[in-house]
Amino acid sequence: MSAPAIELKNLEKSFGLARIIQGVNLQIAKGERHAVIGPNGAGKSTLFNLITGRFAPTSGGVFLHGEDVTGLKPFEINRRGLSRSFQITNIFPNMTVFENIRCGLLWTMGYRYSFWHMIGRQQDVTEKAEEILAQINLSSRRNELAGTLAYAEQRALEIGITIAGGADIILLDEPCAGMSHSETDLIVDLIRKVTEDKTLLIVEHDMGVIFDLADQISVLVYGEVIESDTPDVVRASAKVKEAYLGASLEA
Amino acid sequence: MTIASKTPLTAGSTRLISLSNAMPWAFAALFLLCLPFVFQSNSALTIMNQMAITIVFALSYNMLLGQGGMLSFGHAVYMGLGGFFAMHVMNMVEDGLWLPLPFLPIVGGLFGMVFAFLIGSFSTRRAGTVFAMISLGVGELIAACSVIIVVFFGGEEGISGDRTMGPPVFGYEFLTQQEVYYLTVVWLLLAALLMYLFSRTPIGRIANAVRDNEERAEFLGYSQRNVRWISFCASGFFAGVAGSLFAINFEILTEENLNLATSGSILLITFIGGAGFFVGPIIGAIVFTLLQTVLGLHTELWALYLGILFVSCVMFFPSGFAGLIAMHRRPLALGKMKLLIKPYLKVAIPAITSVLSLAAVLEILFHKRHGYGGDHEMHLYGIAFDSGGYQAVAFATIIAAISLILVSRVLPEIREAWDNANHAEDRA
Repeated sequence: MSAPAIELKNLEKSFGLARIIQGVNLQIAKGERHAVIGPNGAGKSTLFNLITGRFAPTSGGVFLHGEDVTGLKPFEINRRGLSRSFQITNIFPNMTVFENIRCGLLWTMGYRYSFWHMIGRQQDVTEKAEEILAQINLSSRRNELAGTLAYAEQRALEIGITIAGGADIILLDEPCAGMSHSETDLIVDLIRKVTEDKTLLIVEHDMGVIFDLADQISVLVYGEVIESDTPDVVRASAKVKEAYLGASLEA
Repeated sequence: MTIASKTPLTAGSTRLISLSNAMPWAFAALFLLCLPFVFQSNSALTIMNQMAITIVFALSYNMLLGQGGMLSFGHAVYMGLGGFFAMHVMNMVEDGLWLPLPFLPIVGGLFGMVFAFLIGSFSTRRAGTVFAMISLGVGELIAACSVIIVVFFGGEEGISGDRTMGPPVFGYEFLTQQEVYYLTVVWLLLAALLMYLFSRTPIGRIANAVRDNEERAEFLGYSQRNVRWISFCASGFFAGVAGSLFAINFEILTEENLNLATSGSILLITFIGGAGFFVGPIIGAIVFTLLQTVLGLHTELWALYLGILFVSCVMFFPSGFAGLIAMHRRPLALGKMKLLIKPYLKVAIPAITSVLSLAAVLEILFHKRHGYGGDHEMHLYGIAFDSGGYQAVAFATIIAAISLILVSRVLPEIREAWDNANHAEDRA
């Protein structure tokens, strides 16, 4: 069996005296859709930031496809095939929607730091960017500044930028936060579509989204994974109910 | 129409710049080539040369500020060092080194780039305040060195050279100001074109991305530091080119070319012109050079006016002159410019009067204070009067107040016309 797409070994992170992540062990297989849930302040976003290199862990290790990436910078981790979105929309507000997507493509399409290509003449990049725009339903907004889009559109753009580079591991941090029901349905469809055959790790508060999307669910409480199993097992788990889910699942 | 219209995706893609993009460049070139036939005096040519040099310098500065989001307080360092090295090389040419003068800017540019590479290696790690502070420190350091290392910088007198000692190029020895003008203009066009093209390369676009959101760019595979460093080196090259052109034109370089005042002016120029637009620094450089040279001939207060212009730019139109022009794209596209013409004309006369009368107040006060030995006769706008009493100041102040009131009366009308001109549907 090949190495898991993401493996966390005894991962710990402290900010001063506060131990936010307290020894997390987790294996996410290739092609799995894995959700992390947990109450506010459980450390979900911190976990994401540790995996993606935004923070360096206090101890423990992060492995992608068996390769140790602990302590690498975000761009180095991204180059190893991992891409993420952010809880708070994180786009390039003063650039057009099209440019936003194109920026997501440039590195993996081999243009890197090139100053000898004219970007407008690169058919492959243009076509790929148009294709992604169509996928995220923003073709009609192509030439508008990203900062002027509606909130839901910015969230879709955020996902577009995240998947543009063709990373095989996608991390989405609360992609549906602040969205209406109909918008959430659209985004979930979009996520399903764009992460086909990819490994997905998602943090989300909306339980409907979680049980709709995930193959595996990990429950994070006070920086510890108290349960990690299929949705059915997690739903039935007394431990989880006690710690967190309770009312929302009974209903 | 043509084949191009049938295949929009490939239209214009086979050329380096599409035809519609090439037109402004062709016009600019033609215009610059014709200018010396209109302005033939040596002093006019000198002003135009200075303008061209400032444009190259400002465009290179905007690669940092506008394109890369790096606020530098020490960009004169790269122009100055490029210029000093160019001057030393020019002197080596006098001693027998073979280098035709038109190639000198490449040498200066490379030296500018080398220093940008060295200093950028640590200054580009972070943007924002850290970058700004380092640029300020390095600027001060190099300016201080220029007085200490006399062998290289020539101390307070600076260093000078003679551009005419190199091998003639097609019979030209660059003895006349006109020949130097054409040399400068060719370099202006070349440098501006290259900087424009740079902004359309992958690294140019990623520089914008890092400016907008450096963290997001990191999660797309880009090291923000490397992106800034590369832009910084490119910018250093063109600053060095500007420095060499300065060396060629004025044949002297002093500490003034790399001190903080020069670094400050280029920031001001770029900002007034509009850092968000490619043409912004060009407009800024033209306005600045005109204020400095033409207005400078008439009043000692030109720097004060420049300062007022800068402050009002920051407060009222932060996207600069280029931004003011760009604001009118939408009314133009909607075909509603005609709605704006009348209110604009209406405000023009009181606005111009208020500017002139406010300037008059300043000039009269200045004259009262600094007039030579009780000489109170003053000439302003072709009128001779006595600046000694309070009548002149009072008169100018009253005119200013009246015209300002008139301006404020017209403002609501302008605002309404502006709203109407920016909406597709007609509003009652």
